[in-house]
Amino acid sequence: MNREDFLILKSGLIYFDNAATALKPKEVIAKMDEYYHNYPSNIKRGDYDLSYQATEEYEHTRNLVKELINADVIKEIVFTSGATDSLNIIADGYFKNKLNQNDEVLITKSEHASNVLPWFRLIKTNGIKVKYIPLDENYEVTLENVKKRVTANTKVISLAQITNVVGDIRPLKEIINYAHSLGILVIVDAAQSIAHKKVNVKELDADFLVFSAHKMGGPTGIGVLYGKERLLKEIEPINLGGGMNESFTTDGTYILKDIPTRLEAGTPNIAGVIGLGKTIEYLNKLDINKIDAYITDLKKYLVSKLEVIPHINIINKTSLSSVLAFNVEGIFSQDVAFYLNKHHICVRAGNHCAKMLKEEIKIANTVRISLSFYNTKTEIDKFIDLIKDKSRIEKEMI
Amino acid sequence: MTSEEKRTTILKYNSQPFNKQTINDGSYIKINSNNESCIDNINLYIKIENDIIKDFYFDGEACAITISATSIMIKSLLGKSIKEVLEFIASYENMINKLPYNKELLGEAECYDEIYKQPSRKRCALLPYIGLKKAIKEYQESLI
Repeated sequence: MNREDFLILKSGLIYFDNAATALKPKEVIAKMDEYYHNYPSNIKRGDYDLSYQATEEYEHTRNLVKELINADVIKEIVFTSGATDSLNIIADGYFKNKLNQNDEVLITKSEHASNVLPWFRLIKTNGIKVKYIPLDENYEVTLENVKKRVTANTKVISLAQITNVVGDIRPLKEIINYAHSLGILVIVDAAQSIAHKKVNVKELDADFLVFSAHKMGGPTGIGVLYGKERLLKEIEPINLGGGMNESFTTDGTYILKDIPTRLEAGTPNIAGVIGLGKTIEYLNKLDINKIDAYITDLKKYLVSKLEVIPHINIINKTSLSSVLAFNVEGIFSQDVAFYLNKHHICVRAGNHCAKMLKEEIKIANTVRISLSFYNTKTEIDKFIDLIKDKSRIEKEMI
Repeated sequence: MTSEEKRTTILKYNSQPFNKQTINDGSYIKINSNNESCIDNINLYIKIENDIIKDFYFDGEACAITISATSIMIKSLLGKSIKEVLEFIASYENMINKLPYNKELLGEAECYDEIYKQPSRKRCALLPYIGLKKAIKEYQESLI
Protein backbone atom coordinates (compact mmCIF):
# COMPACT_ATOMS: atom_id res chain seq x y z
CA MET A 1 0.00 0.00 0.00
CA ASN A 2 1.13 3.58 -0.72
CA ARG A 3 4.75 2.71 -1.48
CA GLU A 4 5.12 5.89 -3.51
CA ASP A 5 4.96 7.91 -0.28
CA PHE A 6 8.33 6.54 0.84
CA LEU A 7 11.21 7.81 -1.28
CA ILE A 8 13.74 5.35 0.14
CA LEU A 9 11.77 2.39 -1.25
CA LYS A 10 12.56 3.57 -4.78
CA SER A 11 16.13 2.33 -4.22
CA GLY A 12 14.86 -1.26 -4.03
CA LEU A 13 15.52 -1.44 -0.30
CA ILE A 14 13.40 -3.96 1.59
CA TYR A 15 12.67 -2.62 5.04
CA PHE A 16 11.58 -5.32 7.50
CA ASP A 17 12.49 -3.58 10.78
CA ASN A 18 9.29 -1.67 11.41
CA ALA A 19 9.05 -2.71 15.06
CA ALA A 20 12.27 -0.76 15.67
CA THR A 21 11.10 2.28 13.73
CA ALA A 22 8.84 2.82 10.73
CA LEU A 23 9.67 4.68 7.53
CA LYS A 24 8.38 8.24 7.31
CA PRO A 25 5.96 9.22 4.54
CA LYS A 26 7.04 12.30 2.61
CA GLU A 27 4.02 14.35 3.67
CA VAL A 28 5.01 13.96 7.33
CA ILE A 29 8.52 15.20 6.54
CA ALA A 30 7.05 18.05 4.47
CA LYS A 31 4.80 19.07 7.35
CA MET A 32 7.76 19.42 9.70
CA ASP A 33 9.63 21.37 7.03
CA GLU A 34 6.59 23.63 6.79
CA TYR A 35 6.86 24.40 10.51
CA TYR A 36 10.58 25.14 10.33
CA HIS A 37 10.22 27.28 7.20
CA ASN A 38 6.94 29.09 7.74
CA TYR A 39 6.11 29.45 11.43
CA PRO A 40 9.22 28.37 13.38
CA SER A 41 8.29 30.07 16.63
CA ASN A 42 7.70 28.92 20.16
CA ILE A 43 4.20 28.01 21.30
CA LYS A 44 2.00 29.82 23.81
CA ARG A 45 4.55 32.61 24.23
CA GLY A 46 4.25 35.34 21.64
CA ASP A 47 1.46 37.72 20.72
CA TYR A 48 2.15 37.37 17.04
CA ASP A 49 0.71 35.32 14.21
CA LEU A 50 3.60 32.88 13.89
CA SER A 51 3.36 31.75 17.48
CA TYR A 52 -0.40 31.57 17.22
CA GLN A 53 -0.12 29.29 14.19
CA ALA A 54 2.50 27.05 15.83
CA THR A 55 0.30 26.77 18.93
CA GLU A 56 -2.77 25.94 16.82
CA GLU A 57 -0.90 23.17 14.99
CA TYR A 58 0.55 21.84 18.24
CA GLU A 59 -2.85 21.66 19.94
CA HIS A 60 -4.45 20.29 16.77
CA THR A 61 -2.21 17.24 17.21
CA ARG A 62 -3.41 16.83 20.78
CA ASN A 63 -6.94 16.67 19.49
CA LEU A 64 -5.94 14.17 16.80
CA VAL A 65 -4.35 11.94 19.44
CA LYS A 66 -7.45 12.20 21.60
CA GLU A 67 -9.61 11.09 18.65
CA LEU A 68 -7.13 8.37 17.63
CA ILE A 69 -7.22 6.62 21.00
CA ASN A 70 -10.74 7.73 21.92
CA ALA A 71 -9.79 9.57 25.10
CA ASP A 72 -12.47 11.51 26.99
CA VAL A 73 -10.85 14.94 26.98
CA ILE A 74 -7.78 16.51 25.39
CA LYS A 75 -6.19 17.24 28.77
CA GLU A 76 -5.62 13.50 29.12
CA ILE A 77 -3.03 13.69 26.32
CA VAL A 78 0.53 14.61 27.33
CA PHE A 79 3.40 14.92 24.86
CA THR A 80 6.65 13.25 25.93
CA SER A 81 9.85 12.25 24.16
CA GLY A 82 8.54 8.73 23.53
CA ALA A 83 7.04 5.63 25.10
CA THR A 84 10.14 5.19 27.29
CA ASP A 85 9.80 8.71 28.67
CA SER A 86 6.08 8.16 29.26
CA LEU A 87 6.65 4.92 31.19
CA ASN A 88 9.32 6.57 33.32
CA ILE A 89 6.99 9.49 34.11
CA ILE A 90 4.28 7.02 35.16
CA ALA A 91 6.64 5.02 37.37
CA ASP A 92 8.56 7.95 38.86
CA GLY A 93 5.93 10.69 38.82
CA TYR A 94 2.95 8.64 39.94
CA PHE A 95 3.73 5.24 41.40
CA LYS A 96 6.85 6.28 43.29
CA ASN A 97 4.55 8.41 45.43
CA LYS A 98 1.88 5.72 45.74
CA LEU A 99 3.57 2.35 46.20
CA ASN A 100 4.86 1.05 49.49
CA GLN A 101 7.07 -1.74 50.79
CA ASN A 102 5.94 -5.15 49.43
CA ASP A 103 3.39 -3.71 46.99
CA GLU A 104 3.54 -5.78 43.83
CA VAL A 105 3.83 -4.82 40.17
CA LEU A 106 3.03 -7.52 37.59
CA ILE A 107 4.80 -7.61 34.25
CA THR A 108 6.05 -10.46 32.00
CA LYS A 109 9.49 -11.60 30.92
CA SER A 110 8.74 -10.54 27.36
CA GLU A 111 8.33 -6.85 28.20
CA HIS A 112 10.60 -4.30 26.61
CA ALA A 113 13.34 -2.84 28.83
CA SER A 114 11.37 0.40 29.14
CA ASN A 115 8.54 -1.46 30.88
CA VAL A 116 10.95 -3.31 33.18
CA LEU A 117 13.72 -1.02 34.41
CA PRO A 118 11.52 1.84 35.72
CA TRP A 119 9.86 -0.78 37.98
CA PHE A 120 13.22 -2.25 39.01
CA ARG A 121 14.19 1.20 40.22
CA LEU A 122 11.10 1.26 42.47
CA ILE A 123 12.35 -1.98 44.03
CA LYS A 124 15.31 0.05 45.24
CA THR A 125 13.51 3.27 46.19
CA ASN A 126 10.17 1.96 47.49
CA GLY A 127 10.83 -1.68 48.35
CA ILE A 128 8.18 -2.91 45.91
CA LYS A 129 8.21 -6.38 44.37
CA VAL A 130 8.17 -7.04 40.63
CA LYS A 131 6.51 -10.33 39.73
CA TYR A 132 6.12 -12.06 36.40
CA ILE A 133 2.91 -13.37 34.85
CA PRO A 134 3.73 -16.86 33.49
CA LEU A 135 3.65 -17.19 29.70
CA ASP A 136 1.82 -20.11 28.09
CA GLU A 137 3.34 -22.64 25.67
CA ASN A 138 3.22 -20.03 22.87
CA TYR A 139 4.87 -17.42 25.16
CA GLU A 140 1.57 -15.56 25.39
CA VAL A 141 -0.38 -14.04 28.31
CA THR A 142 -3.75 -15.43 29.38
CA LEU A 143 -6.22 -14.07 31.92
CA GLU A 144 -5.92 -17.36 33.84
CA ASN A 145 -2.17 -16.83 34.24
CA VAL A 146 -2.71 -13.24 35.37
CA LYS A 147 -5.09 -14.54 38.05
CA LYS A 148 -2.43 -16.99 39.21
CA ARG A 149 0.00 -14.19 40.03
CA VAL A 150 -2.37 -11.60 41.50
CA THR A 151 -2.22 -11.34 45.29
CA ALA A 152 -3.69 -8.97 47.87
CA ASN A 153 -0.52 -6.89 47.41
CA THR A 154 -0.82 -6.46 43.62
CA LYS A 155 -1.26 -2.76 42.85
CA VAL A 156 -0.20 -2.47 39.21
CA ILE A 157 -0.22 -4.57 36.04
CA SER A 158 1.92 -3.11 33.25
CA LEU A 159 1.82 -4.84 29.87
CA ALA A 160 2.55 -4.25 26.22
CA GLN A 161 -0.56 -4.53 24.08
CA ILE A 162 1.59 -6.34 21.52
CA THR A 163 5.13 -7.43 22.42
CA ASN A 164 8.09 -6.67 20.22
CA VAL A 165 9.61 -10.17 19.94
CA VAL A 166 6.80 -12.70 20.40
CA GLY A 167 4.29 -10.30 18.87
CA ASP A 168 1.42 -11.71 20.90
CA ILE A 169 -1.72 -9.60 21.17
CA ARG A 170 -2.70 -9.52 24.83
CA PRO A 171 -6.33 -9.95 25.98
CA LEU A 172 -6.13 -6.57 27.69
CA LYS A 173 -9.82 -5.83 27.94
CA GLU A 174 -10.41 -8.96 30.02
CA ILE A 175 -7.26 -8.39 32.08
CA ILE A 176 -8.16 -4.77 32.81
CA ASN A 177 -11.73 -5.69 33.70
CA TYR A 178 -10.45 -8.28 36.15
CA ALA A 179 -7.76 -5.95 37.55
CA HIS A 180 -10.23 -3.15 38.15
CA SER A 181 -12.54 -5.48 40.04
CA LEU A 182 -9.68 -5.78 42.54
CA GLY A 183 -8.64 -2.11 42.50
CA ILE A 184 -5.47 -2.77 40.48
CA LEU A 185 -4.33 -0.11 38.00
CA VAL A 186 -3.27 -1.16 34.50
CA ILE A 187 -0.69 0.49 32.23
CA VAL A 188 -0.74 -0.30 28.53
CA ASP A 189 2.41 -0.01 26.40
CA ALA A 190 0.96 0.53 22.93
CA ALA A 191 4.31 1.16 21.19
CA GLN A 192 3.93 -1.89 18.94
CA SER A 193 0.17 -1.80 18.48
CA ILE A 194 -0.58 1.84 17.71
CA ALA A 195 0.50 1.69 14.04
CA HIS A 196 -1.36 -1.51 13.20
CA LYS A 197 -4.42 -1.85 15.42
CA LYS A 198 -7.26 0.34 16.54
CA VAL A 199 -6.35 1.40 20.08
CA ASN A 200 -9.29 2.52 22.19
CA VAL A 201 -8.52 3.62 25.75
CA LYS A 202 -12.18 3.91 26.69
CA GLU A 203 -13.09 0.47 25.47
CA LEU A 204 -10.03 -0.99 27.19
CA ASP A 205 -10.59 1.22 30.25
CA ALA A 206 -6.80 1.63 30.42
CA ASP A 207 -5.55 3.74 33.32
CA PHE A 208 -2.41 4.83 31.49
CA LEU A 209 -1.37 4.16 27.89
CA VAL A 210 1.84 5.13 26.11
CA PHE A 211 3.27 5.11 22.60
CA SER A 212 5.95 6.67 20.36
CA ALA A 213 5.37 8.58 17.13
CA HIS A 214 8.33 7.08 15.26
CA LYS A 215 6.91 3.56 15.22
CA MET A 216 3.83 4.96 13.42
CA GLY A 217 5.86 6.66 10.69
CA GLY A 218 6.22 9.90 12.62
CA PRO A 219 9.36 11.66 13.82
CA THR A 220 11.72 10.36 16.50
CA GLY A 221 11.85 12.03 19.90
CA ILE A 222 8.12 12.45 20.36
CA GLY A 223 5.57 10.27 22.14
CA VAL A 224 2.37 10.28 24.11
CA LEU A 225 1.39 9.67 27.69
CA TYR A 226 -2.33 9.09 28.10
CA GLY A 227 -3.77 8.91 31.59
CA LYS A 228 -7.23 9.14 33.07
CA GLU A 229 -7.70 12.74 34.15
CA ARG A 230 -7.81 12.05 37.89
CA LEU A 231 -4.60 9.98 37.67
CA LEU A 232 -2.68 12.47 35.52
CA LYS A 233 -3.53 15.20 38.01
CA GLU A 234 -1.73 13.24 40.70
CA ILE A 235 1.52 12.90 38.76
CA GLU A 236 4.33 14.89 40.34
CA PRO A 237 6.09 16.49 37.35
CA ILE A 238 9.63 15.15 36.85
CA ASN A 239 10.64 18.42 35.16
CA LEU A 240 9.85 21.89 36.44
CA GLY A 241 10.42 25.01 34.38
CA GLY A 242 8.99 27.29 31.76
CA GLY A 243 5.52 26.98 30.35
CA MET A 244 4.18 24.72 33.07
CA ASN A 245 4.03 27.13 36.04
CA GLU A 246 1.30 29.60 36.95
CA SER A 247 3.50 31.70 39.24
CA PHE A 248 6.50 31.59 41.56
CA THR A 249 7.86 34.02 44.12
CA THR A 250 11.10 34.73 45.98
CA ASP A 251 10.01 32.83 49.07
CA GLY A 252 10.15 29.59 47.10
CA THR A 253 6.46 29.07 46.59
CA TYR A 254 5.18 28.17 43.17
CA ILE A 255 1.89 27.23 41.59
CA LEU A 256 1.69 24.89 38.62
CA LYS A 257 -0.69 24.98 35.68
CA ASP A 258 -3.29 22.29 35.09
CA ILE A 259 -2.63 19.10 33.13
CA PRO A 260 -1.47 18.49 30.45
CA THR A 261 0.67 21.69 30.39
CA ARG A 262 2.00 20.96 33.87
CA LEU A 263 3.68 17.84 32.50
CA GLU A 264 5.28 19.54 29.48
CA ALA A 265 7.98 21.76 30.99
CA GLY A 266 10.25 23.75 28.71
CA THR A 267 10.01 24.33 24.99
CA PRO A 268 8.69 21.03 23.67
CA ASN A 269 9.52 19.19 20.46
CA ILE A 270 7.14 21.37 18.45
CA ALA A 271 8.11 20.07 15.02
CA GLY A 272 7.83 16.54 16.38
CA VAL A 273 4.33 17.12 17.71
CA ILE A 274 3.23 18.71 14.43
CA GLY A 275 4.82 15.77 12.57
CA LEU A 276 2.91 13.35 14.79
CA GLY A 277 -0.31 15.16 13.89
CA LYS A 278 0.35 14.72 10.19
CA THR A 279 1.24 11.05 10.80
CA ILE A 280 -2.13 10.45 12.42
CA GLU A 281 -3.91 12.21 9.56
CA TYR A 282 -1.95 10.07 7.12
CA LEU A 283 -2.84 6.81 8.91
CA ASN A 284 -6.48 7.89 9.21
CA LYS A 285 -6.54 8.43 5.45
CA LEU A 286 -5.21 4.91 4.90
CA ASP A 287 -7.67 3.52 7.47
CA ILE A 288 -6.21 1.58 10.38
CA ASN A 289 -8.58 -1.36 9.81
CA LYS A 290 -7.37 -1.74 6.23
CA ILE A 291 -3.75 -1.52 7.40
CA ASP A 292 -4.46 -4.18 10.01
CA ALA A 293 -6.10 -6.52 7.48
CA TYR A 294 -3.31 -6.00 4.93
CA ILE A 295 -0.51 -6.71 7.43
CA THR A 296 -2.32 -9.73 8.87
CA ASP A 297 -2.60 -11.21 5.36
CA LEU A 298 1.07 -10.42 4.65
CA LYS A 299 2.18 -12.04 7.89
CA LYS A 300 0.21 -15.23 7.13
CA TYR A 301 1.87 -15.35 3.72
CA LEU A 302 5.31 -14.92 5.30
CA VAL A 303 4.69 -17.69 7.85
CA SER A 304 3.33 -20.06 5.19
CA LYS A 305 6.46 -19.61 3.08
CA LEU A 306 8.91 -19.72 5.97
CA GLU A 307 7.52 -22.65 7.95
CA VAL A 308 8.14 -25.15 5.14
CA ILE A 309 11.89 -24.43 5.06
CA PRO A 310 13.56 -27.21 7.10
CA HIS A 311 16.45 -25.14 8.50
CA ILE A 312 14.16 -22.36 9.80
CA ASN A 313 12.92 -22.38 13.38
CA ILE A 314 10.04 -19.93 13.90
CA ILE A 315 9.73 -18.81 17.52
CA ASN A 316 6.23 -17.30 17.41
CA LYS A 317 4.28 -19.13 14.73
CA THR A 318 0.90 -18.51 16.37
CA SER A 319 1.25 -14.77 16.87
CA LEU A 320 -1.20 -12.69 14.84
CA SER A 321 0.74 -9.42 14.85
CA SER A 322 3.24 -8.02 12.36
CA VAL A 323 6.26 -9.46 14.20
CA LEU A 324 7.98 -12.73 13.34
CA ALA A 325 11.06 -14.07 15.15
CA PHE A 326 13.11 -16.97 13.81
CA ASN A 327 16.54 -18.53 13.60
CA VAL A 328 18.41 -20.31 10.85
CA GLU A 329 19.64 -23.59 12.30
CA GLY A 330 23.33 -23.43 13.14
CA ILE A 331 23.84 -19.83 12.08
CA PHE A 332 24.11 -16.93 14.52
CA SER A 333 21.26 -14.44 14.07
CA GLN A 334 23.58 -11.53 13.44
CA ASP A 335 25.29 -13.38 10.58
CA VAL A 336 21.85 -13.91 9.01
CA ALA A 337 21.14 -10.18 9.35
CA PHE A 338 24.49 -9.29 7.74
CA TYR A 339 23.77 -11.68 4.88
CA LEU A 340 20.36 -10.13 4.26
CA ASN A 341 21.88 -6.65 4.50
CA LYS A 342 24.18 -7.54 1.60
CA HIS A 343 20.99 -8.02 -0.39
CA HIS A 344 19.50 -4.72 0.84
CA ILE A 345 17.07 -6.30 3.28
CA CYS A 346 16.92 -4.70 6.74
CA VAL A 347 16.09 -7.06 9.61
CA ARG A 348 16.97 -6.94 13.27
CA ALA A 349 19.10 -9.53 15.06
CA GLY A 350 19.48 -9.80 18.80
CA ASN A 351 17.42 -9.84 21.94
CA HIS A 352 15.37 -6.80 20.87
CA CYS A 353 15.56 -5.14 24.32
CA ALA A 354 13.62 -8.05 25.87
CA LYS A 355 16.57 -9.51 27.73
CA MET A 356 14.55 -11.61 30.19
CA LEU A 357 12.68 -13.43 27.43
CA LYS A 358 15.59 -15.83 26.92
CA GLU A 359 14.61 -17.49 30.19
CA GLU A 360 11.31 -18.44 28.54
CA ILE A 361 12.23 -19.26 24.96
CA LYS A 362 15.68 -20.64 25.89
CA ILE A 363 17.19 -18.71 23.00
CA ALA A 364 18.99 -15.43 23.65
CA ASN A 365 19.02 -14.04 20.13
CA THR A 366 16.73 -14.22 17.12
CA VAL A 367 16.26 -12.67 13.70
CA ARG A 368 13.16 -10.49 13.69
CA ILE A 369 11.03 -9.41 10.78
CA SER A 370 8.38 -6.78 11.46
CA LEU A 371 6.08 -5.79 8.64
CA SER A 372 4.31 -2.62 7.66
CA PHE A 373 1.69 -1.65 5.08
CA TYR A 374 4.34 -0.69 2.51
CA ASN A 375 5.82 -4.19 2.49
CA THR A 376 4.67 -6.57 -0.26
CA LYS A 377 4.44 -10.26 -1.11
CA THR A 378 7.07 -9.65 -3.80
CA GLU A 379 9.48 -8.47 -1.09
CA ILE A 380 8.67 -11.55 0.97
CA ASP A 381 9.32 -13.79 -2.05
CA LYS A 382 12.74 -12.19 -2.52
CA PHE A 383 13.52 -12.73 1.16
CA ILE A 384 12.36 -16.37 1.01
CA ASP A 385 14.56 -17.03 -2.03
CA LEU A 386 17.57 -15.78 -0.07
CA ILE A 387 16.81 -17.54 3.21
CA LYS A 388 15.92 -20.96 1.81
CA ASP A 389 19.45 -21.45 0.44
CA LYS A 390 21.46 -22.30 3.55
CA SER A 391 24.73 -22.94 1.75
CA ARG A 392 24.45 -19.49 0.20
CA ILE A 393 23.94 -17.92 3.64
CA GLU A 394 27.03 -19.71 4.93
CA LYS A 395 29.00 -18.57 1.93
CA GLU A 396 27.90 -14.95 1.91
CA MET A 397 27.38 -14.17 5.61
CA ILE A 398 30.94 -12.90 6.08
CA MET B 1 45.78 -14.81 1.08
CA THR B 2 43.19 -14.94 -1.67
CA SER B 3 39.61 -13.92 -0.92
CA GLU B 4 38.59 -17.56 -1.00
CA GLU B 5 41.35 -18.51 1.46
CA LYS B 6 40.25 -15.73 3.79
CA ARG B 7 36.65 -16.90 3.66
CA THR B 8 37.65 -20.52 4.22
CA THR B 9 39.79 -19.56 7.23
CA ILE B 10 37.00 -17.52 8.84
CA LEU B 11 34.38 -20.20 8.27
CA LYS B 12 36.70 -22.95 9.54
CA TYR B 13 37.31 -21.17 12.85
CA ASN B 14 33.62 -20.31 13.15
CA SER B 15 32.48 -23.90 12.78
CA GLN B 16 35.45 -25.35 14.72
CA PRO B 17 36.41 -22.70 17.26
CA PHE B 18 39.81 -22.98 18.95
CA ASN B 19 39.85 -23.39 22.76
CA LYS B 20 36.14 -22.55 23.16
CA GLN B 21 35.48 -23.75 26.67
CA THR B 22 34.21 -22.29 29.93
CA ILE B 23 36.89 -22.20 32.64
CA ASN B 24 36.03 -22.11 36.33
CA ASP B 25 39.45 -21.58 37.82
CA GLY B 26 40.38 -18.53 39.90
CA SER B 27 43.94 -18.51 38.55
CA TYR B 28 42.60 -17.33 35.16
CA ILE B 29 41.73 -13.70 34.49
CA LYS B 30 38.11 -13.63 33.30
CA ILE B 31 37.09 -10.76 31.03
CA ASN B 32 33.74 -10.18 29.36
CA SER B 33 33.79 -8.35 26.07
CA ASN B 34 30.57 -7.33 24.40
CA ASN B 35 29.65 -5.19 21.49
CA GLU B 36 27.54 -2.15 22.32
CA SER B 37 26.08 -1.87 18.85
CA CYS B 38 25.25 -5.53 18.37
CA ILE B 39 24.89 -8.77 20.28
CA ASP B 40 28.35 -10.34 20.31
CA ASN B 41 29.13 -11.39 23.83
CA ILE B 42 32.25 -13.38 24.76
CA ASN B 43 34.21 -14.24 27.89
CA LEU B 44 37.98 -14.63 27.77
CA TYR B 45 39.83 -16.83 30.30
CA ILE B 46 43.55 -16.07 30.39
CA LYS B 47 46.36 -17.39 32.56
CA ILE B 48 49.42 -15.13 32.48
CA GLU B 49 52.55 -16.10 34.39
CA ASN B 50 55.88 -14.25 34.30
CA ASP B 51 54.62 -12.09 31.43
CA ILE B 52 53.82 -15.16 29.30
CA ILE B 53 50.32 -16.25 28.20
CA LYS B 54 50.32 -19.77 29.57
CA ASP B 55 46.73 -20.71 28.85
CA PHE B 56 43.88 -19.05 26.97
CA TYR B 57 40.20 -20.00 26.39
CA PHE B 58 36.92 -18.30 25.50
CA ASP B 59 33.19 -18.93 25.49
CA GLY B 60 30.05 -17.00 24.58
CA GLU B 61 27.64 -16.25 21.74
CA ALA B 62 28.78 -14.18 18.82
CA CYS B 63 28.83 -13.82 15.05
CA ALA B 64 31.14 -15.70 12.70
CA ILE B 65 33.63 -12.83 12.58
CA THR B 66 33.96 -12.56 16.37
CA ILE B 67 34.07 -16.33 16.96
CA SER B 68 36.74 -16.85 14.29
CA ALA B 69 38.74 -13.75 15.27
CA THR B 70 38.80 -14.89 18.90
CA SER B 71 39.89 -18.39 17.91
CA ILE B 72 42.70 -17.10 15.72
CA MET B 73 43.78 -14.61 18.40
CA ILE B 74 44.05 -17.35 21.01
CA LYS B 75 45.85 -19.76 18.70
CA SER B 76 48.30 -17.05 17.60
CA LEU B 77 49.11 -15.68 21.06
CA LEU B 78 49.29 -18.76 23.29
CA GLY B 79 52.80 -18.96 24.73
CA LYS B 80 53.72 -15.43 23.65
CA SER B 81 55.15 -12.75 25.94
CA ILE B 82 53.17 -9.62 26.82
CA LYS B 83 55.57 -7.60 24.68
CA GLU B 84 54.94 -9.83 21.66
CA VAL B 85 51.21 -9.79 22.31
CA LEU B 86 51.11 -5.98 22.37
CA GLU B 87 53.06 -5.81 19.11
CA PHE B 88 50.63 -8.27 17.54
CA ILE B 89 47.60 -6.29 18.74
CA ALA B 90 49.04 -3.00 17.42
CA SER B 91 49.66 -4.54 14.03
CA TYR B 92 46.22 -6.17 13.94
CA GLU B 93 44.46 -2.92 14.86
CA ASN B 94 46.38 -1.12 12.13
CA MET B 95 45.26 -3.72 9.59
CA ILE B 96 41.62 -3.40 10.64
CA ASN B 97 41.89 0.38 10.30
CA LYS B 98 43.60 0.14 6.90
CA LEU B 99 46.97 1.44 8.17
CA PRO B 100 50.44 -0.05 7.46
CA TYR B 101 51.02 -3.27 9.45
CA ASN B 102 53.37 -6.24 9.81
CA LYS B 103 51.93 -9.03 7.61
CA GLU B 104 54.33 -11.73 8.77
CA LEU B 105 53.50 -11.12 12.39
CA LEU B 106 49.76 -11.65 11.89
CA GLY B 107 49.75 -14.98 10.04
CA GLU B 108 46.20 -16.34 9.77
CA ALA B 109 44.78 -13.19 11.39
CA GLU B 110 45.45 -11.47 8.10
CA CYS B 111 42.19 -12.95 6.84
CA TYR B 112 40.44 -9.82 8.17
CA ASP B 113 42.47 -7.39 6.08
CA GLU B 114 39.43 -6.41 4.02
CA ILE B 115 37.01 -6.02 6.92
CA TYR B 116 37.32 -2.22 6.67
CA LYS B 117 35.01 -2.54 3.66
CA GLN B 118 32.22 -3.50 6.09
CA PRO B 119 32.42 -0.83 8.81
CA SER B 120 29.71 -2.44 10.91
CA ARG B 121 31.83 -5.60 11.23
CA LYS B 122 35.07 -3.90 12.28
CA ARG B 123 33.98 -4.00 15.89
CA CYS B 124 33.26 -7.72 15.58
CA ALA B 125 36.86 -8.33 14.50
CA LEU B 126 38.24 -6.06 17.23
CA LEU B 127 36.06 -7.34 20.08
CA PRO B 128 38.36 -10.14 21.34
CA TYR B 129 41.34 -7.76 21.31
CA ILE B 130 39.45 -5.19 23.39
CA GLY B 131 38.98 -7.94 25.97
CA LEU B 132 42.60 -9.09 25.75
CA LYS B 133 43.90 -5.56 26.35
CA LYS B 134 41.68 -5.30 29.44
CA ALA B 135 43.07 -8.61 30.69
CA ILE B 136 46.68 -7.48 30.19
CA LYS B 137 45.96 -4.25 32.04
CA GLU B 138 44.44 -6.22 34.89
CA TYR B 139 47.52 -8.50 34.99
CA GLN B 140 49.94 -5.56 34.96
CA GLU B 141 48.01 -3.77 37.72
CA SER B 142 48.11 -6.95 39.83
CA LEU B 143 51.92 -6.78 39.76
CA ILE B 144 52.10 -3.27 41.18
